[in-house]
Amino acid sequence: MGNKPMRVLLAKTGLDSHDRGIRLVARGLRDECGMEVIFTGLYRSLEEIVEAALQEDVDIVGLGVHTGREMELFPRLRELLDARDAQDIILIGGGVMPQMHRTSLKESGLVMEIFGPGSSVRTIAEVLRQVITAKQTGIDAL
Amino acid sequence: MEELGKRAMAGDVRAASRLIRNMEDNMPGTEAAIKHIFPFTGKAHVIGITGSPGAGKSTLTDEMIASYRNKDKTVGVMAVDPTSPFTGGALLGDRIRMQRHAEDTGVFVRSMATRGAMGGLSKAVGDGIHVLDVMGKDVIIVETVGVGQQEVEIINHAHTIIVVLVPGMGDEVQALKAGLMEIADIFVINKADREGAARLHKETLSMLQMGKFENGWIPPIVSVESVSEPISFAQSVGVLTDKIDEHYQYLIKSNILATRSHRKATAEIYESLRAAILAPILDDLAANGELELMVQKIMKRELDPYSLAELVAEKYLISHDCLKV
Ligand SMILES: Nc1nc2c(ncn2[C@@H]2O[C@H](COP(=O)(O)OP(=O)(O)OP(=O)(O)O)[C@@H](O)[C@H]2O)c(=O)[nH]1
Ligand SMILES: [Mg+2]
Repeated sequence: MGNKPMRVLLAKTGLDSHDRGIRLVARGLRDECGMEVIFTGLYRSLEEIVEAALQEDVDIVGLGVHTGREMELFPRLRELLDARDAQDIILIGGGVMPQMHRTSLKESGLVMEIFGPGSSVRTIAEVLRQVITAKQTGIDAL
Repeated sequence: MEELGKRAMAGDVRAASRLIRNMEDNMPGTEAAIKHIFPFTGKAHVIGITGSPGAGKSTLTDEMIASYRNKDKTVGVMAVDPTSPFTGGALLGDRIRMQRHAEDTGVFVRSMATRGAMGGLSKAVGDGIHVLDVMGKDVIIVETVGVGQQEVEIINHAHTIIVVLVPGMGDEVQALKAGLMEIADIFVINKADREGAARLHKETLSMLQMGKFENGWIPPIVSVESVSEPISFAQSVGVLTDKIDEHYQYLIKSNILATRSHRKATAEIYESLRAAILAPILDDLAANGELELMVQKIMKRELDPYSLAELVAEKYLISHDCLKV
């Protein structure tokens, strides 16, 4: 009894067809963190991703972006989640993006963390564990 | 928690998914929500779909959703995937194949991991079905991999059971082994583009001819065309959902539905008693170290499992009150 695995949705949007990395991360989160991981597959719209996140009641949504559209996609995704009363769902990001964009997204609080190429799954797992512990101590208002 | 139940009944997606999550997690207080919604359950037609890994169950489920949406029915899906016994994590991959329905408010898809042992899965699935049911879904599809006892138990929750067979996987033998032949109401021969589909159809048919079907329903075999031929695929899945509806009507007319409800109620009692009585006893014994002591004694043959059960029953269960239901 009493095992409560965290649930994570990993998503890709638009015409971006890079999914090697995100699939590796999915596997890693299962194996290193004991998380329940749902992958949306490629080419989803942000609306579809939000709907999936709500239906699956995930704690975290991870969006992989390889198209340079991060400054548009992350704020929009956050907005759509908030509009559905899902302020508690944490956003993380992955992919190649300029340092300036990372800093800006993180500092604005839109995205909890962004993992570039070559981040080890172990590091990602470690960060997520911290994020989740922080979230659990501040739980649970729904 | 009761509040979550009310909101789920009003169709609130967040409340419904959170409620399922709390049930899976055994969150304290969840019972209140189940108690609240239970009187309103039992309206949906529950379809179980099972078969070996990779048989095309999710692809089929996706098309079945489309077919039922064409018939103006709302659909809930629970897709179950195995938890890794080593890490406790899971990759829930069924949803990928059903994403095209993500924005259709008449469809709700929930992935579920098998998690721990002890029949907990069957209980979580049963509770999840209750939630989808009170959300007002007309049809509920439960996808499981048909390999173990746990999966066969899930069958108790379904009215119509579909066993998916695929050419070239030695399914016939596999299905027999898992006892799947006995539980099927409808067989699907999937992946018609694969070599051996016709032969598998024939073999299944001859196997059926040897079977006895006491309740009068002889399981039909539906051949589903390859997903690579979208039009004929959709058509053959249309045939499948027609057969499923026909089976449900048969259940109702022949009063077998009552037998199935009986079986389901019995299973629910087993599961809730197991969760409410056995699990806390085992937790308690484990926490105070007695469980380990018992294991040692049994290993050394100082105690037998039957006497041990009597001792445990004496400690926890003996009461002289009559049960008032
Ligand atoms: N050749 C062929 N492949 C198919 C057909 N239907 C599905 N597949 C493929 O079979 C693979 C497994 O399909 P799924 O629908 O995920 O199968 P599943 O039974 O749900 O798999 P698990 O949930 O992992 O057990 C995918 O690569 C599908 O594209 C078909 O009609 N013909
Ligand atoms: Mg599947």
